[in-house]
Amino acid sequence: MLGKLGWSVIPFDQPIPLLVGAVVLVVILGVIAWVIVAGHLPYLWREWITSVDHKRIGVMYTLLAMVMLLRGFSDAIMMRAQQAIAYHSNGYLPPEHFNQIFSAHGTIMIFFVGMPFVIGLMNLVVPLQLGVRDVAFPTLNSVGFWLTATGALLVNISLVVGEFARTGWLPYPPLSELTYSPGVGVDYYLWSLEISGVGTLVAGINLVTTVLKLRTKGMTYLRMPMFCWTTLASNLLIVAAFPILTATLAMLILDRYFGFHFFTNEAGGNVMMFMNLIWAWGHPEVYILVLPAFGIFSEVVSTFSCKPLFGYRSMVLATMAICLISFMVWLHHFFTMGAGPDVNAIFGIASMIIAVPTGVKIYNWLFTMYGGRIRFATPMMWSIGFMVTFIIGGLTGVLVAVPPADFLLHNSLFLVAHFHNVIIGGVLFGAFAGYNYWFPKAFGFRLHEGLGKAAFWFWLSGFYLAFMPLYALGFLGMTRRMQHYDVAQWRPWLIAAAFGAMLILIGIIFQVAQLIVSIRRRAELRDRTGDPWDGRSLEWATASPPPVFNFAISPNVTGEDAYWAIKAHAKQQDLEKREPDYVDIEMPRNSPTGFVCAFFATVMGFALIWHIWWMVAVGGVGAFATFVAFAWRDHDEYVIPAAEVARIDRAIIAERRALLGLAGSP
Amino acid sequence: MNILDPQGPIAAADKTILIDSIAIMLAIVLPTIVAIFAFAFWFRQSNPRAVYRPDWAYSGRIELVVWSIPALTIILLGGVAWIGSHQLDPAARVEGTGSPVRVQVVSLDWKWLFIYPDQRIATINALTVPVGAPLKLELTSASVMNVFFVPQLGSMIYTMNGMITPLNLRADQVGNYQGLSAHFSGDGFPDMLFDVHVISPLAFPDWVANTARSDQVLNRDSYNKLAQQSIGATKTSYRLEDPELFGKIAAQQIPPGPGPQLTTNPAKPAAGVGNAR
Amino acid sequence: MVDATIAYPHSDPHHLRGMEASGIAHSGPASKRIATGYGFWIFILSDMVMFSAFFATYAVLLGQTAGGPSGRELFDLRNVAIETAFLLASSFTCGLASIAADTRSTIWFQLGMAVTCIFGLGFLTIEGREFASLVARGAGPTRSAFLSAFFTLVGCHGLHVSAGILWLLTMMAQVFAKGFRPDILRRILCFALFWHALDIIWIAVFTVVYLIGSAA
Repeated sequence: MLGKLGWSVIPFDQPIPLLVGAVVLVVILGVIAWVIVAGHLPYLWREWITSVDHKRIGVMYTLLAMVMLLRGFSDAIMMRAQQAIAYHSNGYLPPEHFNQIFSAHGTIMIFFVGMPFVIGLMNLVVPLQLGVRDVAFPTLNSVGFWLTATGALLVNISLVVGEFARTGWLPYPPLSELTYSPGVGVDYYLWSLEISGVGTLVAGINLVTTVLKLRTKGMTYLRMPMFCWTTLASNLLIVAAFPILTATLAMLILDRYFGFHFFTNEAGGNVMMFMNLIWAWGHPEVYILVLPAFGIFSEVVSTFSCKPLFGYRSMVLATMAICLISFMVWLHHFFTMGAGPDVNAIFGIASMIIAVPTGVKIYNWLFTMYGGRIRFATPMMWSIGFMVTFIIGGLTGVLVAVPPADFLLHNSLFLVAHFHNVIIGGVLFGAFAGYNYWFPKAFGFRLHEGLGKAAFWFWLSGFYLAFMPLYALGFLGMTRRMQHYDVAQWRPWLIAAAFGAMLILIGIIFQVAQLIVSIRRRAELRDRTGDPWDGRSLEWATASPPPVFNFAISPNVTGEDAYWAIKAHAKQQDLEKREPDYVDIEMPRNSPTGFVCAFFATVMGFALIWHIWWMVAVGGVGAFATFVAFAWRDHDEYVIPAAEVARIDRAIIAERRALLGLAGSP
Repeated sequence: MNILDPQGPIAAADKTILIDSIAIMLAIVLPTIVAIFAFAFWFRQSNPRAVYRPDWAYSGRIELVVWSIPALTIILLGGVAWIGSHQLDPAARVEGTGSPVRVQVVSLDWKWLFIYPDQRIATINALTVPVGAPLKLELTSASVMNVFFVPQLGSMIYTMNGMITPLNLRADQVGNYQGLSAHFSGDGFPDMLFDVHVISPLAFPDWVANTARSDQVLNRDSYNKLAQQSIGATKTSYRLEDPELFGKIAAQQIPPGPGPQLTTNPAKPAAGVGNAR
Repeated sequence: MVDATIAYPHSDPHHLRGMEASGIAHSGPASKRIATGYGFWIFILSDMVMFSAFFATYAVLLGQTAGGPSGRELFDLRNVAIETAFLLASSFTCGLASIAADTRSTIWFQLGMAVTCIFGLGFLTIEGREFASLVARGAGPTRSAFLSAFFTLVGCHGLHVSAGILWLLTMMAQVFAKGFRPDILRRILCFALFWHALDIIWIAVFTVVYLIGSAA
């Protein structure tokens, strides 16, 4: 009846996960109780849970990422503490727990922090930058988000019910096969990623279609803001790479559930095939994460330098070059597997070639600053921090792309330092820059600058203190994933790294404080103009937060940096005095499809993990029925009358005219 | 364990390439970092002496330079990578004095088995080799993947069940070094350490003769016992009864080991294992 | 915060005018029908990427029979030819149903879809019998890595066909209940794309799995 499930699966003997799980459960129940008691549930259901508005979904993605960042970071702090203690001792985490923690940390940080953060920002901003009213498939967008949330939920359920994978963030067989990992940990990993992977694919298809097919009048490809270009590149990679992940994990599932022999030691299975397949997805994945960050930096550096982006065409070329080449380098993740020198050298050189367009991007940001008037607001701080940090990460990355150097550094803490250097210094700094930059657009008030800068400085210094020692440890021969060690030389570096993690913790505390303080002081931080940073692209042309339809009149774009041009022309010619002709606007109706579908996906995923077959059927039928019910509804759109549009837009125009110092009203 | 303190030609050459690559890249990375700080500082909004050029966004000459600097660096480094990959191919022979020593390495859960087929001996967690002689290693795994790595001798390589990976090394200094597994393989992974004893070519035959007098015998039965998981195995020596044992393991004529299983209570004593460092 | 005092001389700082003039002037967002079809094309491409991962796996594992039977001993090309005929015929009738939908002819649409469904079910039946006979002969997916790859690749296509039939029946019910609404017409377009794409994948399955597989 309940498959493998029983009371014994709850780790009563392990106080840490149980306590954490209990606290999290209490917090979640508390929040839900508060929502219900305070009567916010109808509002949440109407305005957020069932929302198909790209802005709302973008915000929910970002929120998910930030919550999961806390979870992933607590794993990180536990690991740093363990390795600081576990010299000649077992530390405080037994191996089976430590091994789950590093697996969960990587999985969560990549799939449930990095991905939702960048997808959330793309969702929020790209339709606004393109001057359109929504993404191509609003309801599917909601489905995609809720499926991602399902994956995150399943990973967190594993904390209290059963266990998580203890095979690393990529479950290399044969260790991850049923013979060697009989528990449900790997199954939690597999199903949560299969389900959230579908969500990511949906988001990718949606954004590719949006960028390619839904651009406002005059928004030709070479007038798109850089962030739209990197969104296009990143989502093309999602569309091309995530199906490989789905297929690869499906093969491992078949091995584990039905005794197939894809990656087993027996009957001709091939573990090297797993490594090739998983990295054929895995290498593009890092560019899926970092390309949107590159786009954010392009927007931020240009805005805060008060200049157009330097070398726009070069940037477009570089972005698309990275998009293409990132598919041809996967083998550099296993130079030490014994491939021939020709193969190793070719993949090594291909990997280095990516450094060329990436280097060009750095120089173009540099020359964007040249001749500018740089304002050091928080997003700009993150951007400059990124440029310096990312160069170091790029250097060490090219270093491990040289096969003989990799023969010494592979799987070492040097490698760990390298990919944290590019993922924290690139993706996360970019996400934080974007978060500070677009927060006023999403909510109508700015984030507190002082606390934001404090967070930045603690993050930056914490990052250097936490990861520079790891480079040194790599030179001292320390490999990753060691639960304990007895090399005296390693210890001081590991203690230093633990202190670095503490600094990052302070940075995170400042970020939380920044959010709370900003919400409390939202009146004084209010952005009445819709354009708090003197922006250049179309998202700043509408109010903050934008009305549900984004633009009353679809903008007509006549050049790059569309909003900058509009502002300049308005100043010169006072064109905005003419009242536009408002028309009715049709918007997609909200739909619970995404939420209900994800509910059934959660049921199905959980049932599959625990082999509860009747429940699998319930979940599958429920998800299908949800879609049929969705397809059956008669009205999928509602109309906002022209008068209402006019009322909202007149208010926006009045604010903007005040901003531009124009007298009179139309 | 320090990879910057190599004790053999492979490790030394790997290290040279590593240092050279860093130097080549630093030549452009450092000026770029300086330029970032300089530009950001000089063009700050509050600097009245900086010239604001609100429309300057294109310069063909700068674009050319900006593309060529990284491209030239990568061409240079690509050459290093190409030549280095071929010279330091783990499968390529290494020159040395004396006759080559063949060692067959099996990664077990969680220990290393070193088989000397020519000397008909085998050891656990201790690799003894003569100084200066070419070491011809063949590696496989009894169950899950591992990586054989002696940081001071260079070039790590994967061990995989059902496959043989070749590795050629040489040790140039008498002494004791530390080897380890560089790929996670389950709960006992951090204890998959082994000692590398590099001894003089004259002492090596004596060591072989001593080892061959061991009362323990390595054959299929004792191998199957060894393949059971254990942490902190004693450094036993064996007489090798079946010189074809390694081939049988690699060809899966001996089925894969039971592999790592859950160790709920860590089998390891609280204070670390006394491995030579 | 605004510093708009600097006159903005032109809105083309990167001197793209020449390039823009040669390109098409962009006239705004595409229609829903175009966006939907386009998005579904992208989905099909991603699905093909997934299949290519299974194809690559099959190619790698083709020789890994672990002492068990190989493709030459197992595959019955006559059977596969009939399967192919069924699937191609179903594509033809699916095309007819699409044309009927374009002309808003309910009867011909339902007829075309029903015949498509029958051909699809016929295909699935033959495939199911092939699988059953293989398992009965001890050549199930757990026998060897080669057979794992075979069953997964061909089975994945079969699952797609099954999902397609479920979709097809849903569309028939929708047209019956709601008629040719614009959103239903868009779904019919997507379904037709899907069904034809399954044919394309089947051609690859036929070639790579059965023809090359029985040669190996």
